[in-house]
Amino acid sequence: MKKRRKNTMLRVGLILTGLLAALILLGCFWTPYDPEAMDAAAKFLPPCLAHPMGTDSFGRDIFSRVLKGAGTTFGIALSTVAMGGALGILIGAVTGYFGGVVDDILMRLGDVITAFPSILLALVVISLMGPGKKSNVVLALGLVFIPSFARVTRTAYASLRDVNYVQSARLMGASHSRILWLHILPNTRQVLLPALTIGFNNAALAEASMSYLCIGVTPPDASLGYMLSEAQGVFQRAPWYALSTGLTLVSIIFGVGLIGQGLQREKGGEV
Amino acid sequence: MKKRIWALLLTALVLSAVLGGCADGSGDDGAQSTTPTRAETNEIVVGLMNDLDDSLDPHLTVKAGTREVMFNVFEGLVKPTPEGELIPALAEKYTLSDDQRTYTFTLRQGVKFHNGQEMTAEDVVWSLRRCAGEGQDAPLVEAFAAIDAVEQVDASTVTVTLKEPNGEFLAYLTTAILPADYTGQDTDPVGTGPFRFVSRSAQDAIVLEKFDDYWGTPAYLDKVTFKINENADSLMMALQSGAIDLCNHLPTANAAQIGEDFYIEEGAMSLVQALYLNNAQAPFDNVLVRQALCYATDRQEILDLAFDGYGTLVGSSMYPTLSKYFDETLTDTYSYDPEKARELLAQAGYPDGFSMTITVPSNYPQHVDTAEVLAQQYKAVGITVEILPVEWNVWVEDAYTGRNFQSTVVGVDASAMTARAMLERFVSTAGDNFINYQNSDYDTLFAQAQAASDEATQVQLYKDLQRNLAENAANVYIQAPADLVAVRKGLEGVVFYPIYVLDLSTVRYTG
Amino acid sequence: MKYVLGRLVMLAVTMAAVSFLTFAAFDLISGDPATAMLGTQATEEKVEALREELGLNHPLLVRYGSWLAGFFTGDLGMSYQYRQPVGELLAPKVAVTLWLTLLSFLMIVVVSLPLGLLSARYAGGPWDGLWAGVNQFCMAVPPFFTGILLSYLFGIVLRWFVPGDFPGLEAPGKALWYLVFPALAIALPRAAMTVRMLRSTVVAEMNKAYVRTAISRGNDRGGVLWHHVLKNALVPVVTFLAQTLAEIVAGSIVVEQVFGIPGLGRMLVASISGRDYPVVQAIVVILALWVVAAGTAADLLGRRIDPRLKIGGRV
Repeated sequence: MKKRRKNTMLRVGLILTGLLAALILLGCFWTPYDPEAMDAAAKFLPPCLAHPMGTDSFGRDIFSRVLKGAGTTFGIALSTVAMGGALGILIGAVTGYFGGVVDDILMRLGDVITAFPSILLALVVISLMGPGKKSNVVLALGLVFIPSFARVTRTAYASLRDVNYVQSARLMGASHSRILWLHILPNTRQVLLPALTIGFNNAALAEASMSYLCIGVTPPDASLGYMLSEAQGVFQRAPWYALSTGLTLVSIIFGVGLIGQGLQREKGGEV
Repeated sequence: MKKRIWALLLTALVLSAVLGGCADGSGDDGAQSTTPTRAETNEIVVGLMNDLDDSLDPHLTVKAGTREVMFNVFEGLVKPTPEGELIPALAEKYTLSDDQRTYTFTLRQGVKFHNGQEMTAEDVVWSLRRCAGEGQDAPLVEAFAAIDAVEQVDASTVTVTLKEPNGEFLAYLTTAILPADYTGQDTDPVGTGPFRFVSRSAQDAIVLEKFDDYWGTPAYLDKVTFKINENADSLMMALQSGAIDLCNHLPTANAAQIGEDFYIEEGAMSLVQALYLNNAQAPFDNVLVRQALCYATDRQEILDLAFDGYGTLVGSSMYPTLSKYFDETLTDTYSYDPEKARELLAQAGYPDGFSMTITVPSNYPQHVDTAEVLAQQYKAVGITVEILPVEWNVWVEDAYTGRNFQSTVVGVDASAMTARAMLERFVSTAGDNFINYQNSDYDTLFAQAQAASDEATQVQLYKDLQRNLAENAANVYIQAPADLVAVRKGLEGVVFYPIYVLDLSTVRYTG
Repeated sequence: MKYVLGRLVMLAVTMAAVSFLTFAAFDLISGDPATAMLGTQATEEKVEALREELGLNHPLLVRYGSWLAGFFTGDLGMSYQYRQPVGELLAPKVAVTLWLTLLSFLMIVVVSLPLGLLSARYAGGPWDGLWAGVNQFCMAVPPFFTGILLSYLFGIVLRWFVPGDFPGLEAPGKALWYLVFPALAIALPRAAMTVRMLRSTVVAEMNKAYVRTAISRGNDRGGVLWHHVLKNALVPVVTFLAQTLAEIVAGSIVVEQVFGIPGLGRMLVASISGRDYPVVQAIVVILALWVVAAGTAADLLGRRIDPRLKIGGRV
């Protein structure tokens, strides 16, 4: 009984994410309208058959833009988590497992990065790479996210460092890297999986905030965050704009979150 | 199990205590209804999108937003009227010598500074000499380089002698007169205007109060508080919540949702919004390409899409509120004609179009929006546009000062209420000719305009200059944007000037 | 004790690194303070003269050195934009942001600890999925958007407070009431994350052999949760909360803008875009101190709760 419930979570997550991914994929090849085509006669149309999510201030079809924008958001959040997660877990694992001076130095470096305002970091990245590039957002956010992943991983590794199975593996002569990645890593998923999905969540939110501060995605490209910050300005005039972009953003994060939780519970039950 | 319930109860208690404590706070608010309203205390709160993050010393202020507010605090020998005329202010009257070089000002007597001192001829001479750069490498106010000498004749007479005749110099004598021996202007300014400066709290508020010893028509309001909120949408929220009473430069998209408590006063901004083209960079060094861009631009659609239909189309570097110089016939030099644009592009050697970048200061949503519409319109003639939003200061440094850009959407205003202030920057050698416009006809015409002795000739020459810019398609001229001011019902007296100021001395509660 | 001392030294080193990096960042960012101050009236000579006056022409290390010297004598310099001493400029902002942060942290802790434990206790129950859904929803809404919705609902519709009219800390009661709403906007996603984090940590712990044994022996599930599990699950939670404490300051930047609160975050954005480096530098140091102190506190607390961390954790 319990087990089926767990699977439901995973299943719902997978279906939702799969559906959205299919839509995003579709958006790469086909959208009902040109997402950038403007029409002065079709400004702020409420949702109707022709425009299921209505139109925005430029008379652009919001549904088409959401299809494109969801892809951008998904891509940015995923790349950010991939970059931050990979480096963060690597650093966290090494520091948590070995401890010592390297641990101290890297963790303090993490503090430095965390303490460094991310807007300032983003501006450094933009100044170095030039404005108007999506990779800027990923690079800046990825850097910001490394320390938090490293911290979580480190704590998990530090508490597993001396448990029985690790010690016996060590006694049996297993190499450090074997212990790090084969013995400990699978047992940290209870902590890492939620951390990664929360990371995805945070990355999507951070991108939205950056768009709000005008240092994120640049027009005419649009991410959901960018569209949402645009939509909140006309919230009373065109509530459907905010609702449709907001709900899409929420469902993407929701889907990924459910997968994370589902996976975690599924495996958790078997330990 | 029991313990957990206790823990929960405790939590609930803490929560309710917190909320309860807050509710006490709201109780205070309830009591506020008995405290007098702003109408009763004769004060208003004005919403501002830009902080006065600048020196408040009027001779050192560089930001238009700071000047706009401090217009209420400072005055010069003359001051502008809403009609675009100059009237005597701290000077009671003035005469111009026959060689058109020497202004003689008779100073108004009994004018008090906000610190109680009386204005003297020494103060006037000191202020003007300071602007002219006495004791410094360069003049504080660029135009004051034209001054040869400032002399005090007697206790109430001051003469200003120019190096050469300049019919428009008077417009620069709106520059503030300050007390000579006062050193706190940077942060605690003292002037002679209808309002005196009380306080500034960074990113928060600026407070002005009525100056009781003002020499002229006193202000109606006793107190004006400027609340800073750099976010237009939060500003809207503040309007609707009743936190502010007046807000200018309202984004047009918001005008439709201000609610019943407000009405809109519509004026025109004193600036020219255009796609400014770097005339020194290929392909914009080719007049055919520039003209093609003009034909490819549907300006009315820009107004409809990005400005809710507000705004006045222009065809050259002059805005309509400077009505004496504005030449309407230029507005339709280029009508929207993508066919013609393609032809011109083919003639210029770009039959398949090209790629270009538009640099925009990202803190101006209206310029970013305009760039977005342009990008869309240029697609139709085969031009691919990449938009590069940059921070304002990066724009100033790279695009404006460094002239390192291909094209940019901004609004260009005039530093003084003269045609010269708009048109001088396109002279080949001008330091602020950021579009690198090089046209010998233009240079000649401009020199003639400066030398012109009678006004009619000069006005005609200034119109010729505008025609030159339009015909050579120096830039893709778009519009003079509308200046929408949201005013709380029950307030009146908002007036517009052909320069960038917000005069609060005329604003009053009705009845 | 020795460890504590070591951590404090580390704290100082970290602060030095952060402040130096900020200086280095100034050199990398395009946009020069002197040009920013002069705006569109900048000419080459004027910019050069101003750069000289501000001491911007000195090498990086010299500038950093003189800033450090000033810092230790309590002189944070003058704001380029406001021509006011930085300390005087920032003092009121620090107070506002501190209140805002503490208020939202309080909300997070008070809401998420009981909710997290409850959802762990009833993990797998009939409402579990719904809970997870609501929780996930709260996590997914950007704070600036929550902010707009809250100001609209409580400000415009219900008139509980006046958005855009922050009373200032001179009226602490009113100010605190005003801050409840932005604090809520900041706290909402963070609280949801904490609930989720707590839930998964506790559930993981409950699945461990000793807990199962304890429960199968007939111990009360709630009692086991309270006595054994919580203690062991506390370390990661404390770490997470410390991170949260650090991150809500960053989250407050946008929310301060939405609610028009004159706080540190808004000042940071404004001074970065105005290239007002003395102000940026001071704010970065304050924020860094906050983050590092939170981290250090979490670390020390973690060692107290879980002595296992001490093994090999020498400095």
